Amino acid sequence: MEFLLQPLTLLTFFPLVGILILFFIPREQKEALRWTALITSLLTFGLSLWLLGMFNASDPNLQLVAQYDWITVAGWNIQYYLGMDGLSILLVLLTSFLTPISILSTWTAVEERVKDFMVFFLLLEIGMMGVFLAQDLFLFYIFWEFTLVPMYFLIGIWGGPRRIYAAIKFFLYTMAGSILMLLAILWLGIYGGTFSVPDLIQQGNIPANIQWWLFLAFTAAFAIKVPMWPLHSWLPDAHVEAPTAGSVILAGVMLKLGTYGFLRFNIPLFPEAAVRAAPWIALFATIGIIYGAAVSYAQADVKKLVAYSSVSHLGFVMLGLFALNSQGMQGAILQMVNHGLSTGALFLLVGMIYEQTHTRELKVYGGLWKVTPVFGTIMLIVALSSMGLPGLNGFVGEFAILLGAFGSQAIGNAWYAAISALGVIMAAVYILYMFQKMFLGPQGEIVDDVKKHGHGLRDLNWREIAIMVPILILIFWIGLYPKPFFTLMAPAVDQLVASLSSVALR
Amino acid sequence: MTQADFFTDFPTILPLTLLTVWACVLLLVDLFIPKERKGITAFLAAFGLALTLSFTLMQIGEEKTGFKGMIVLDGFSIFVNGLLLVSGLLGIALAYGYVRRMGLERGEYYTLLLFSVTGMMLMAQAADLIVVFLALELLSIPLYVLAAFARPKVESEEAGLKYFLLGAFATGFVVYGTALVFGATGSTNLSAILAFASDNSPGLLLTIGAALILVGFGFKVAAVPFHMWTPDVYQGAPSAVTAFMSSGAKIAGFAALLRVFATAFPSIAIDMTDIFWALAALTMILGNLIAISQTNIKRLLAYSSIAHAGYILMAFVPYGNPEVAPVSIAAGLFYLVAYALTNFGAWGVVIALEKGTGQGLELNDYAGLARKHPALAAAMTVFMLSLIGLPPTLGLVGKFYLFRAVIAGGFTGLAIIGVLTSLVSAYYYLRVVVIMYMRDGEPETERESFLDLTTMATAVATVVISLVPQFLFAWAYSATLKLF
Repeated sequence: MEFLLQPLTLLTFFPLVGILILFFIPREQKEALRWTALITSLLTFGLSLWLLGMFNASDPNLQLVAQYDWITVAGWNIQYYLGMDGLSILLVLLTSFLTPISILSTWTAVEERVKDFMVFFLLLEIGMMGVFLAQDLFLFYIFWEFTLVPMYFLIGIWGGPRRIYAAIKFFLYTMAGSILMLLAILWLGIYGGTFSVPDLIQQGNIPANIQWWLFLAFTAAFAIKVPMWPLHSWLPDAHVEAPTAGSVILAGVMLKLGTYGFLRFNIPLFPEAAVRAAPWIALFATIGIIYGAAVSYAQADVKKLVAYSSVSHLGFVMLGLFALNSQGMQGAILQMVNHGLSTGALFLLVGMIYEQTHTRELKVYGGLWKVTPVFGTIMLIVALSSMGLPGLNGFVGEFAILLGAFGSQAIGNAWYAAISALGVIMAAVYILYMFQKMFLGPQGEIVDDVKKHGHGLRDLNWREIAIMVPILILIFWIGLYPKPFFTLMAPAVDQLVASLSSVALR
Repeated sequence: MTQADFFTDFPTILPLTLLTVWACVLLLVDLFIPKERKGITAFLAAFGLALTLSFTLMQIGEEKTGFKGMIVLDGFSIFVNGLLLVSGLLGIALAYGYVRRMGLERGEYYTLLLFSVTGMMLMAQAADLIVVFLALELLSIPLYVLAAFARPKVESEEAGLKYFLLGAFATGFVVYGTALVFGATGSTNLSAILAFASDNSPGLLLTIGAALILVGFGFKVAAVPFHMWTPDVYQGAPSAVTAFMSSGAKIAGFAALLRVFATAFPSIAIDMTDIFWALAALTMILGNLIAISQTNIKRLLAYSSIAHAGYILMAFVPYGNPEVAPVSIAAGLFYLVAYALTNFGAWGVVIALEKGTGQGLELNDYAGLARKHPALAAAMTVFMLSLIGLPPTLGLVGKFYLFRAVIAGGFTGLAIIGVLTSLVSAYYYLRVVVIMYMRDGEPETERESFLDLTTMATAVATVVISLVPQFLFAWAYSATLKLF
């Protein structure tokens, strides 16, 4: 039972404590249920900060390792193996940071079946945390598939009008990729005699042609999750139909499960295949960047616009990862965090206005700046951050990615970076278009519509501001002084790049 | 038979004898139990099963053959018998309230169930094709009667008749196959067949005989293309019977197949592997595809049961490869445990929602279950996840084990079919979840303590054992190792 007291076990499974308490609170006491969930997720965040304090940034290896035999019979060698390193720590922090924020955002938005909602939400946090920390492929797969279940319920029960369609599409789409990965995992387990990722990387003697197939199988799972063009069609449905908190977690964390998968498994486990695939991935990433941006611009629904912008942003992350050099990868990891913050914040803001107006049609909005100045200001900052304005977080990540992609030996062609840079400009177009439609110009009909039904549009209240402030702080912090963030990941990324160049780029 | 023979032979069938005698005595005792207190019969039957279970478990580690090599007692048979006895107990727990509610409470129900379990246990211990045939009849005939137990309901009578006719047909195949095998090898004893086949080059006759036996068992375990009876029988038979039948008959059928093929027919593995491959693939594909269009929960579970027969058949495909065979057979055994637990749980939920009038079996009757009975809906969700093969359930661990064996045997193509059909199955299993959680309705349920207990216990077991499967893995593995 020693494994229970390991710091990473505590971090991963702490939300279970909250779930147990939730079971004993009657369904009618919604406030108590909300507070329990919020406090649980805040304590989880506290735990992750405590782990950050214990984390040694200069060590590129796995830290705070919890490693125990789990199933070891009949040729099985499955371990309970958790570990955290520079590649995952920021994402772990992002998860524990966005969860309480999302829970706080449901305070008035979720009125029905609050208990179930909170249980599913905390279960989701366990799943996501586990994915980022698991170092054994079997354990990883369990967490990976498990995240589907609570998210499926979140979309399907509390989502918009087409929620059931969206939930099932999300589930089947993601599962389709994962099961191919399952076969690759099994193959690796038989071949290497272990499911432990560090051990498999250490062995690293998989023949190149088999690497290629395994790489493709893992890619099937992760590319759908990211989602990479052309596998993105589940994303708009799921994002739009999900309740606000669900969209925040979906965009903020769950998409990163895919990019993280590439970083943690695809690249180190199959280095030769990764190098071989890099130009292709760069191609698809570039198409995704341009395509996502173009389609965003064409949307009439704000939430859909934000959803499609994810396709574009995640294209940048993929481009950076498969630059396979230090700059690109560091930029990609930071961009994962940035996208979580900015897009998460955009979904939150859209959700806040939707709660009052019950519409997301761009055309009915307009001139909100005068009516709700605080909302407008925060939206402006977040929008600028999302389009990558220098001084805010988005710029740092995208700049590093483009720099990495330009100099990338693996991609081998600067055109991808050059075309992707256009994506930054296109982001400015669709983001500013949205902002202009909603906040500037003549007052939209919605302002009067809302007035007819009551007291008119109100500005953000204290709770909503409290949700946004931590995100804004991070947006400025990363934008102005990103060094601490790079310091956390640099040694691990450098080690990964070094191992790549010794294996594959020779 | 000399006295010495008796003392070496008898212990091999001790639990079996106990259960048979118990069932016979119960038949008499039942006459004196008043009509309105037939619950006592249920308890006595359950006690008999529990007693037999404890005797079976006491035999762990023993390794014997008896009756001139016709009966075998080994790790494999103990594992399977343990599972069968637990299935019998679960079957009684599900039936206890159900038969009363449906007006079917007659003492013979439990006696017949005991006899059927006896047949199943004999099947797991059979080391001779003649005993296999005997066991097959002993397990089937009570099931035919049980399927028609809800007479004069037409559906139930139809189920009984259909099951009987096709079952008799299937048994015919087994007998014919046995005859051909005897003709080819001069023996019906499994080890004698093996010995003959390894000394002489196996002729075509042996392969045909083995294939015919496979056809017969294909009917019993509901493999495509021998599955036609399954949906009608599962739907028409009383739900508690179906629950028992779908798990018990499958376990016994697969146990016999595993033993017969692994101990007697490795020499013709080259021919049989392709046949198993095709059977498994067909069964998985067809079972899952047809299940999509079902709107009745009993039919849905029937097709799900067919599909799972396909998954278990995957365990046979590498049986001729001595490196992989023990693992793959252990995987098959483990999957049977996973399937049995999940299946009983799912049927428990079906029984809880079935009304006396026979309503409550459409998928739409499950609308709103999550609000009205969150625990029941959560349990059903666990079972559905397990049937899909998603964490944190036994279904995932079982599939992981099974696919690993198949890949290790070099049949990656079959594994791909396996995972793709699992994806298809996610669609229809999730529909049940969608209806329970995302549609509004006023479902009526019967709450009855044994039913609730069974459903909850199987749900908890499905989750908990998936987190600590080590001991079951080890047990299944050691059970098959000795088979070789």
